[in-house]
Amino acid sequence: MSDQTTGVPQTVTRAPREAAAGEEAYLEVTDLQVQFPTADGLVRAVQGLSYSVPLRRTLAIVGESGSGKSVSSMAVLGLHDRRVARITGSIKVGGREVVNMSDKDLEGFRGGDAAMIFQDPQSSLHPYFTVGSQIMESYRAHNNVSKRAAKERAIDMLGRVGIPNPRRRVDQYPHEFSGGMRQRAMIAMALVNDPKLLIADEPTTALDVTVQAQILDLIADLQRDFGSAVVFITHDLGVVAEIADDILVMYAGTAVEHGPVNKILGEPLHPYAWGLLESIPALTGEPQPLHPIPGTPPSLLAVPSGCPFHPRCEFKDRVPDDWCTTLRPDLIPRTADLGRTSRCHLKEPDKVFETEVLPRLP
Amino acid sequence: MTAATTPAKSGVRSVPGAPLLELDGVKMHFKAKGDGLLARKTQWVQAVDGVDLTVSPGETIGLVGESGCGKSTTARLITRLLEPTAGEIRYQGVDIAHMSERKLRPYRREIQLIFQDPYSSLNPRHTVGTIVGTALRTHGMVAKSGELARVQELLEVVGLNPEHYNRYPHEFSGGQRQRIGIARALAARPKIIVADEPVSALDVSIQAQVMNLLESLRQELGIAFVFIAHDLGVVRHFCDRVAVMYLGRVVEEGPRDALYEKPQHPYTQALLSAVPDIGVVRGVPPKNRIRLVGDVPSPVDPPSGCRFRTRCWKAQDICATEDPALIERAPAQRVACHFAEPPAESILAETA
Amino acid sequence: MKEEQAVLLYILKRVLSAISVVIVTLVASFALFFFAPTDPAGVICGPRCTPERVADIESSLGLDQPKAEQVLLYMKGIVVGREYSTGGVVRHCDAPCLGYSYTLGQPVTKLIGAALPVTVSIVIGGAVVYLIVGILSGTIAAQVRGTSLDRFVVGTTLVVQSIPYFVFALMIALYATFLPDSRYHPFLDNPLLWAGGLLAAWLTIGVTNAASYTRYSRASMIEALGQDFVRTATSKGISRRRVVYRHGLRAGLTPVVTIFGIDLAFQLTGAIFTETIFNLPGLGLLTLRAFGQYDLPVLMGGVLIGSVVLVLMNLVVDIVYTFLDPRVRLG
Repeated sequence: MSDQTTGVPQTVTRAPREAAAGEEAYLEVTDLQVQFPTADGLVRAVQGLSYSVPLRRTLAIVGESGSGKSVSSMAVLGLHDRRVARITGSIKVGGREVVNMSDKDLEGFRGGDAAMIFQDPQSSLHPYFTVGSQIMESYRAHNNVSKRAAKERAIDMLGRVGIPNPRRRVDQYPHEFSGGMRQRAMIAMALVNDPKLLIADEPTTALDVTVQAQILDLIADLQRDFGSAVVFITHDLGVVAEIADDILVMYAGTAVEHGPVNKILGEPLHPYAWGLLESIPALTGEPQPLHPIPGTPPSLLAVPSGCPFHPRCEFKDRVPDDWCTTLRPDLIPRTADLGRTSRCHLKEPDKVFETEVLPRLP
Repeated sequence: MTAATTPAKSGVRSVPGAPLLELDGVKMHFKAKGDGLLARKTQWVQAVDGVDLTVSPGETIGLVGESGCGKSTTARLITRLLEPTAGEIRYQGVDIAHMSERKLRPYRREIQLIFQDPYSSLNPRHTVGTIVGTALRTHGMVAKSGELARVQELLEVVGLNPEHYNRYPHEFSGGQRQRIGIARALAARPKIIVADEPVSALDVSIQAQVMNLLESLRQELGIAFVFIAHDLGVVRHFCDRVAVMYLGRVVEEGPRDALYEKPQHPYTQALLSAVPDIGVVRGVPPKNRIRLVGDVPSPVDPPSGCRFRTRCWKAQDICATEDPALIERAPAQRVACHFAEPPAESILAETA
Repeated sequence: MKEEQAVLLYILKRVLSAISVVIVTLVASFALFFFAPTDPAGVICGPRCTPERVADIESSLGLDQPKAEQVLLYMKGIVVGREYSTGGVVRHCDAPCLGYSYTLGQPVTKLIGAALPVTVSIVIGGAVVYLIVGILSGTIAAQVRGTSLDRFVVGTTLVVQSIPYFVFALMIALYATFLPDSRYHPFLDNPLLWAGGLLAAWLTIGVTNAASYTRYSRASMIEALGQDFVRTATSKGISRRRVVYRHGLRAGLTPVVTIFGIDLAFQLTGAIFTETIFNLPGLGLLTLRAFGQYDLPVLMGGVLIGSVVLVLMNLVVDIVYTFLDPRVRLG
């Protein structure tokens, strides 16, 4: 690789994303509920989730384990086993309803109009089939083409996701790829049918930070080329800041805050989002003590009454009449800014953030 | 906390004036599979290949690097779960690199390990009391009569309910299980704790709780830490000094602030530059980010000379022929690079 | 290294290690039989026997030679053949000579040669039955896990497994009278008669083993269908059948192959019940008779064949694995 030793590093500048507002929603989720009846009781994994994503925009769904971020996204692709999952509400993709879609229609929809990339490329690719054959299978499931044509398409896609020497790589098995290359191959497989909706479920969590940077760049570039709507699931707020237009913060199966990224991360209004920001050590400045959220996330078998966050919330005493413990807040605009919503009874949350939370952020 | 801070009588030898822990040219080469009747050529994975490191009492040193860089192997070498292929591991001046299991025992007490996965590192069939109590008994820390009291005291120190000593690990959450692991390590009253990714399996809010616990233990008990993590923010938060590893070697090592603000090795610069930063949304102008090309080479057949040269934009002919030594480039900041220099502009965005 | 070369090299290595295992077994069997404090000549001669007669038999068997000499003679017999002489009659035993059975008056090789096709026919036919039934029902049960159909399949396997094997064989022998008479006809003479005569034995082996294969396949498929790559396959929009049978079964079958290899080896060496009940002159029957008559050469031959079969099956499993799993092939 002597050709790259020019003395100057290859650099990328990630400019703030320009919001392509006003477009019609491609993915529209309305009052989604996902429940799993188990021997221990009903697991309420997602409770009344609503959001929408237009083409060319990226929505990041953030939350901790058990927040419902993955469960809700798998429902968008109809990936839950209907015998174990109880799904109600509406999921519209390009105008088509996915909840209760027939198996036959789901087959045409999955991988065609909407595709998904998963967290662990090591376990998500079949170890016994070549990378090429797995991409070809996806292509041929939606296009009536010869094997030869499908293979050419697979090679083309591998090249587009930045895999060097794709003509040789296409016949290799996943274990012959590095972690980053595997995730590139997964992305090639997901995009082989030009899907209009891409769901990325923690696609960089299993990767090293320099590889993560490469994959984030790749997803952003490809979105620009393909013009798709992207739902990006992650727990890493730094990643969100780099890649998303909008953000949906989930806690215990519900959205607690929703809006444009710079607003939600720059001036969050929900105490859970404050707690998250206060838990992340900074890379610059004098290290400050962290202020973690006390306690642990609730069991989805017994979600607390009222606001599900109230047992861990340090601001619940500021709300009158035990609202927090008895009354579930709505996801509505809480300030003059109507472009963002949050689910918290606290009065004037913007002022509380500015005067009390902001000064102690790490 | 009084009992926990009392220094235990040490059954270990020590050389006066020697640092607490010193790694000197430590190497660990694993035999790669594929040997056998016909494969004459045995291959060696050079997981750790010449690491020098010094830890002073009460100091916290962070080891960072990407998967395969050898940081976890280094942890297992320090705790002597592995016997190094070459080099010396000196504890208070005494080389424990090849010490027999019997002689090693008192040293094992003073060097404790906390694992990444709180789910698999606790025996599911033992109560918390047994888990922590076994650690006490193994090292003969307390008389049998005082065992329960000490177990409860330790549980309280790590922020668990002392009445829960008769519960099983599965009855605790992930963060609480990591606290149990910490209590077990503290039972031996160690002078040094090697923490291998202790918070990376935990959710963000729980991670901060455990970080604060470790921080308070460090301040109150004066335990030295070797803290291994891939999260650069976490390492910065916790460590006085940081060593960056790449492909089995330390490429840069120095005081925290110097390393994060004026990293001199190109790999450190690229690593820091790759961390997604939340500052962008707070109106901080976006920075130029260094993007590394390609993958980490195989540790079976690492590049000649400088191991980073195949991905380095500064690489010259000398990098292939001459292995750069880890030398001091700034006060207490050592860098292994022929062309080490601080970055022209700050790598990290300043918080507005 | 090219992929084909790597595979060949791997197989070669496995064959060499298999051969060394067979040699070790050979020596161990010698120790077991030839060094045992027994009196085979006395047993062969019977109760009214003169010492001269015993000496004669011992010399004809080579038992009067030093032990080490006996081992060498036996080894030599395997490679180039040897001769036995009793009472002035010389009998030639062609290589590979595994000894000479005096009770049956034939070289062991010949006896085994006649019995082996019978056993192989029984076992392979039975295996076809239990593999098809077991894997199919296991795969189906895995797909409908938790439903009443699944519970029915699992319940049935429990019932079948709790019935002793020979009870099953007896029931088939006594009640399944519509089946053709159980008798061995060589396959090459008349395939139809061959199959008909073995049907009862196949059913016995097939049904009893199908229960465990149903359970193996079910467990293995449940695990396979829960893998991330199965979810990926589903997300691609291919049909459920293709997801299950191409992606799931391919991974789910791999552990079943291992069990099958070992099972097959054991059945080949010990289909004793089936052969006895259905009176089929296979290896099991041969060694059982040899045991009762103290026919040492035949017993040794049986042990040897058994160990070779076992090693061979392990080898086959390993090689099949390289074709199933590229990580073995190329790792």
